[in-house]
Amino acid sequence: MATVVSAPRGGLNVNAIRQDFPILRQQVHGKPLVYLDNAATTQKPQAVIDSLVHYYAQENSNVHRGVHELSGRATDAYDAARETVRRFLNAADSREIVFVRGTTEAINLVAQTYGRAHVGRGDEIVLTEMEHHSNIVPWQILSQEKGAQLRVVPIADAGELRLDEFERLLTDRTRLVCVTHVSNVLGTVNPVADLVRLARSRGIPVLIDGAQAVAHMPVDVEALGCDFYAFSGHKIFGPTGIGVLYGRKALLDAMPVYQGGGGMIGRVTFDRTTYAELPYKFEAGTPHIAGAIGLAAALDYLTAIGLERVAAYEHDLLEYGAQALSQVPGLQLTGTARSKASVLSFALHDVHPHDVGTILDREGVAIRAGHHCCQPLMARLGVPATARASLAMYNTREEIDALVRALQTVREVFA
Amino acid sequence: MSAELQDLYQEMILDHNRRPRNFRAIADARHAEGYNPLCGDRITVYLTVGDGGTITDVSFQGSGCAISKASASLMTESIKGKTVEEAQALFERFQRMITASGETPIDDLGKLTVLAGVRQFPVRVKCASLAWHTLRAAVDARNEVVSTE
Repeated sequence: MATVVSAPRGGLNVNAIRQDFPILRQQVHGKPLVYLDNAATTQKPQAVIDSLVHYYAQENSNVHRGVHELSGRATDAYDAARETVRRFLNAADSREIVFVRGTTEAINLVAQTYGRAHVGRGDEIVLTEMEHHSNIVPWQILSQEKGAQLRVVPIADAGELRLDEFERLLTDRTRLVCVTHVSNVLGTVNPVADLVRLARSRGIPVLIDGAQAVAHMPVDVEALGCDFYAFSGHKIFGPTGIGVLYGRKALLDAMPVYQGGGGMIGRVTFDRTTYAELPYKFEAGTPHIAGAIGLAAALDYLTAIGLERVAAYEHDLLEYGAQALSQVPGLQLTGTARSKASVLSFALHDVHPHDVGTILDREGVAIRAGHHCCQPLMARLGVPATARASLAMYNTREEIDALVRALQTVREVFA
Repeated sequence: MSAELQDLYQEMILDHNRRPRNFRAIADARHAEGYNPLCGDRITVYLTVGDGGTITDVSFQGSGCAISKASASLMTESIKGKTVEEAQALFERFQRMITASGETPIDDLGKLTVLAGVRQFPVRVKCASLAWHTLRAAVDARNEVVSTE
């Protein structure tokens, strides 16, 4: 199903990859589509689309309860998807992989189970200034309920975390550290392995929001040593509505349940209920079976290409993009960390990002304009919004050139 | 540049974006704050209403895209001297103009007609209507933030 794409010299055969993504072949407003909104969501390769069609056409059934043939096939495919995710993250045990709706639900799950069990009055949760709302609001809800405090690690102007402040904020009241792997606005790749080491040496568990990382670099949760890692399927070439929470087994085992319902129980009476083993204890109700299968197809596709190669290719493209954008008169890049992935946020002189986005769209170039669900970060940067181009492995230098040409049109309109 | 873009970003709109009219606060006036969560735009509209419900002064402050700023600026010019009811009726005609399909004939709303190009850009309708929604809240002297969502 997955097309294995390789090029000489170990590079990436981008033209072949582009052929695998049918949506990229279209025109928008009469111009070839240049899709640079990958941090919002990625496009889907034919292998993923086919896997969904195949599942619904040939295997659709409920999992873990039918005695019939189709239910067996659906269950096998769903279990195999979990094993694919385990391999992808290099987790020790597939029971450490919980299927959820996306990164947001993964974080809410941890907040409402681990958080409610371990965070009390006067306790502290350490976040960073560059977190997405989905890694802020669940902790705020928990803190308000428990009388706990959020402690926020500031960033330096280039968009890098202040590690001295991070260490200073780790106290004997810190119950959890929640940090994004890659910033969706700044593109900063945080030194998560170092952060985990600093926190865990003090006995503090760490949750990593991997939504913007997994499609752009290899992730090994065992090597990172983190306690929780969350990501969304749709940002890694898979379907929407499916995501993953990785949690260390010892923690997941000890955590209270999340939602109640079918599938997560051992035995139910009106007096009491016992709960299912991991990971089912956290998967109440019929799961997004097709989504999990589609996600596994996406991970297989990406693994066949090779994330090391993807990372190297995107690094080169990002450098090219930063260089090309810096030549545009009046353009200011936001986020110039030494270690970056995928994201080019910028401001164009006096032109509001929303106007930039509209004009680029008419040139076929899709970017995002807005606060990117990071209002506290926008406040830190002192801007209401930024324009953001975000890259994936199927983007090319020619597309960066198209972005730069379209920005010239913006300058002409607002001359 | 496409014809639709030229319709949207007409010279008058760019001019009102660069040099917004009535861009100031009015002390002790009725006011309300408008917010577009989609893009983070914020605007405050101030107005004073005299005898017989006539809008004697109106102004705005805030940050936003060219469409929202120009629309706010043009709104203040269009409603000064009108009654609150007349301003409300104008808002309804304006809203119809910017949300109509491309084939619908364009209502003549004076200077506001320059914003008719917004109808080609459905995602920008909220930018053009933010000031008007905020005006309505200011008329009611509601002390709350009105949202486009």
